[in-house]
Amino acid sequence: MKRLAGFGFAVAMGALASTGAIAQDKVKVGLIVTLSGPSAVLGQQARNGLEMAFKDLGGKVGGKEVELIVVDDELKPDVAVTKVKGLLERDKVDFVVGPIFSNVLGAIAKPVTDSQTFLISPNAGSSALAGKSCNPFFFATSYQNDQVHQISGKVAQDRGYKKVYLLAPNYQAGKDAMAGFKRDFKGEVLEESYVPLNTLDFQSELAKIASMKPDAIYTFMPGGMGVNLVKQYRQAGLTIPVFSAFTVDEATLPAQGEAALGMFAGSNWAPNLDTPQNKKFVDAYVAAHNAVPATYAFQAYDAGLLIDSAVRGVKGDLSNKDAVRAALRKADFTSLRGSFKFSANGFPVQDFYLTKVGKRADGKYETQIVEKVFSNYADPYVKDCALTN
Amino acid sequence: MSQALRDDPAAAGEGRVAAQPRTGMGLLFRAWLPILLFGLLALVPLLAKLGAEGFIISLLTRVVILGLAAMALDLLIGFGGLVSFGHAAFIGIGAYSVGILSSHGQEDLLVQLAVAAAVSVAFALASGAIALRTHGVYFIMITLAFGQMLFFLATSLAAYGGDDGLTLSGRSTLAGRPLLKGDVTLYYLSLAVLLLAYLLCRRLVASRFGRVLRGARENEIRMEAIGFEPFPYRLVAYAVAGALAGIAGVLLANQSEFVSPAVMSWQRSGDLIFMVVLGGLGTLHGAIIGSAAFLLIEEVLSHFTEHWRIIFGPLLILAVLFIRGGLVGRLGRGL
Amino acid sequence: MSATLLMIQALNGLQFGLILFLIAAGLTLVFGVMDFINLAHGVQYMVGAYLTAAFAAWTGSFLYGLVLALPTALAFGLVLEVLIFRHLYDRDHLDQVLATFGVIIFLNEAVRLIWGAAPLSVPMPEALSGSIALPGGISYPVFRLVIIGAGIGVAALLYLLVNHTRIGMLIRAGATNAPMVSALGVNIRLLFTIVFGFGAMLAGFAGAMVSPILSVEPGMGDNVLILAFVVIVIGGIGSVRGAFLAALLIGLVDTLGRLLAPTLLRMLLDPAAASQTGRAIAPMLIYILMAAVLFVRPAGLFPAKR
Repeated sequence: MKRLAGFGFAVAMGALASTGAIAQDKVKVGLIVTLSGPSAVLGQQARNGLEMAFKDLGGKVGGKEVELIVVDDELKPDVAVTKVKGLLERDKVDFVVGPIFSNVLGAIAKPVTDSQTFLISPNAGSSALAGKSCNPFFFATSYQNDQVHQISGKVAQDRGYKKVYLLAPNYQAGKDAMAGFKRDFKGEVLEESYVPLNTLDFQSELAKIASMKPDAIYTFMPGGMGVNLVKQYRQAGLTIPVFSAFTVDEATLPAQGEAALGMFAGSNWAPNLDTPQNKKFVDAYVAAHNAVPATYAFQAYDAGLLIDSAVRGVKGDLSNKDAVRAALRKADFTSLRGSFKFSANGFPVQDFYLTKVGKRADGKYETQIVEKVFSNYADPYVKDCALTN
Repeated sequence: MSQALRDDPAAAGEGRVAAQPRTGMGLLFRAWLPILLFGLLALVPLLAKLGAEGFIISLLTRVVILGLAAMALDLLIGFGGLVSFGHAAFIGIGAYSVGILSSHGQEDLLVQLAVAAAVSVAFALASGAIALRTHGVYFIMITLAFGQMLFFLATSLAAYGGDDGLTLSGRSTLAGRPLLKGDVTLYYLSLAVLLLAYLLCRRLVASRFGRVLRGARENEIRMEAIGFEPFPYRLVAYAVAGALAGIAGVLLANQSEFVSPAVMSWQRSGDLIFMVVLGGLGTLHGAIIGSAAFLLIEEVLSHFTEHWRIIFGPLLILAVLFIRGGLVGRLGRGL
Repeated sequence: MSATLLMIQALNGLQFGLILFLIAAGLTLVFGVMDFINLAHGVQYMVGAYLTAAFAAWTGSFLYGLVLALPTALAFGLVLEVLIFRHLYDRDHLDQVLATFGVIIFLNEAVRLIWGAAPLSVPMPEALSGSIALPGGISYPVFRLVIIGAGIGVAALLYLLVNHTRIGMLIRAGATNAPMVSALGVNIRLLFTIVFGFGAMLAGFAGAMVSPILSVEPGMGDNVLILAFVVIVIGGIGSVRGAFLAALLIGLVDTLGRLLAPTLLRMLLDPAAASQTGRAIAPMLIYILMAAVLFVRPAGLFPAKR
């Protein structure tokens, strides 16, 4: 048994070692997103999006074969650090795409960029990375987090709402969300309520809302929390307008169904956005996965196109990091959202929309564009960023 | 009872692993296994040069660090019969000692270690004084309660990242120099700490202190009858185990350069118990083997499939049903 | 903060407590009678919810879904008992904890493989989906009142079963001294199986009842399991009466604590600090409560006499 144990150990080590030892003439992309737990569906959307991009590119980026390695961050920052180190040190990837959640981004940004590997976020975009901690190795195909919350604040202000009730989970992204909403909203905030992360029963909150009678509600409740909030909101018989971000999206709508109809959200995209490439993408996604893509899928798809454009831009030579960065910075691809370029901090300059939940012709639910709220909008944190080019 | 009080450190924990044969081979093996284990751990970085060095080193560093915490837990479970379900809280204390001190500019490893150990001991004495009044499953649950309190305290530390945790600006320094920057250095430092802790625990369980602890596990009333009040012995064991896990927390924070409440979640406490039982209760080095087995199985399985838990779960059940006495017990029986 | 809000919150706490009781009742009996720590009890709650979701989607009605889910949850619990748990009764607690932990890991992942990672939704029966007006001008969802009613009904049924039937007598005797019951010629294995299946079904019932209001997702049983353990430890292991009182206590303390902690702290601190500290303390309250109870009564409120 002693020998057997030693043998087992050697096999395990060999299995771990072998993957890193192969000399590479292909481009390796690591994807780190949440694939387990209640929020796994968001990570699956991102994975589907990136896989579709590589498939549409014929399995190649910039003419070189691409290998995609997918890992699960389990929505635990500490796990994410270990997993991303595996991508960097074992798999020696050229690009890391991920994550979904900003707390995971906070944990993995340093190890990835310290190793001079490019990190492309298909969703999370914290204010620190947009501002004073901005980094030449970081790009986002999504947005700076505050912006999506600012949309609803702007709309609430424009529509003349006087009293608003704010509801978010008690963690950094939740507090950022509320701050983003309040940037353009000047009316009265009746209550800024924070519930513990992963709260599933909102009955107490709904009781408070019913007794305070606000003009509108703004909430940020990603994943399973949003599913419950929306269902319970309808069951409580409330009719106050609901504005949100990441609360009603195509990842959660299948579970929310009818209850989410008519709720508003802020976004940089919607499945019914009218560009030819987007129409093709949405149809292909629905055909392949029997589900409507959400922003996570589209932003990951764009991340795939971005990588392709950069590898093409440096003619496959990824050794010169400055050249790769310059090529990424150019964003020489046609984004599904149409107009797209990078600001100095690696975050997009793009349009933002107010969307509303509606029903598609095939009976599935999706968010649909109501109006454009901001045009070619760059996040304000860029002024704190020391990067210039 | 009489067996547990025998003056033989190697017999530690045999009250549970009753079926162990007393053959010459088995005895020889038990004496050599720890040496083999530490020797292997010391040599692996050289082997790792063949492949993805950085990754294997960081994986093994985690094995060693969690092995340290698990070994400390074995001191409680295997020798004291005290199943603590809140042991990860001490890892959290250690990790947050690093996080909080370094965010205020105090990056010296020795200071951080001292603070981590002191806070761990203080927390252990305070919570242990209450928890040790209870027995059996009530003890399990009350240690869980204290662990959860600390967990929620950490999530409310908004200045230090709250739920999200905080990224360290770098690893701890020693005498003002960044000596831990290299992964291999950190690995050997962790291994040295583990070895020291192992020797300390060996001494401890072989001493009169250890015999009282084991005696109280076997039969508390008889222990009291011959003049030993178990409570202070248990409390000291609880504090020692806490301090060692706190030190493991300091190392873990340095390894991942990241601190978050997740290091002290109840699931992490469960993982530690699992490592101890998988490796073999009451052996000390069994906990280290358990930690290695746990992390390597997880790593290898998750390499094959995203749904690795569907294999991991049944493995766990089979291990419990068929490997009595843990891996060490199995190895000792020569199979 | 108004009195009506306080009353609504008390109702919410009661409803939460009763759900906890449905789960804790089986757990405390299995633990008390068989001396078996079953961490996998939480997945019975999850399985109940998933079965209801699946059957409700199939039949198009929550009620039919519930009716079909209950016997299936019972059968599922019995299969687990025969396949795995039966082999663990004579092991020590640690082995039981680990093996049943393995069952949790397996089933959480299996559910994810079968139904996907996305949360499922269960349509609420039309007749119960509205709200009714309570004195004080605030409306309260009918379905939550149904949960409260069902919880109280099951509690009453359990009380009769445990205190006034022959099988209840055997269960009580088993919780006090199982070997003696066995020595008196009772088929203890059969008793174990009955208790186990019944407990599994109660947890499944809890899962089924919450499926229309909470999202049905992998791992939904894990946190509930920890709370159920807190309940049975406070109540005293093996005591259904203890579990009932402790479940209501935990439900009320947790729900009202979140409302009251910031308000009460506002008397001591400035508003911002009060709301920050209150949010920190609220989730700790039940654990502080448990530590306090065990400090005063190391074997819970109603320890089974041994």
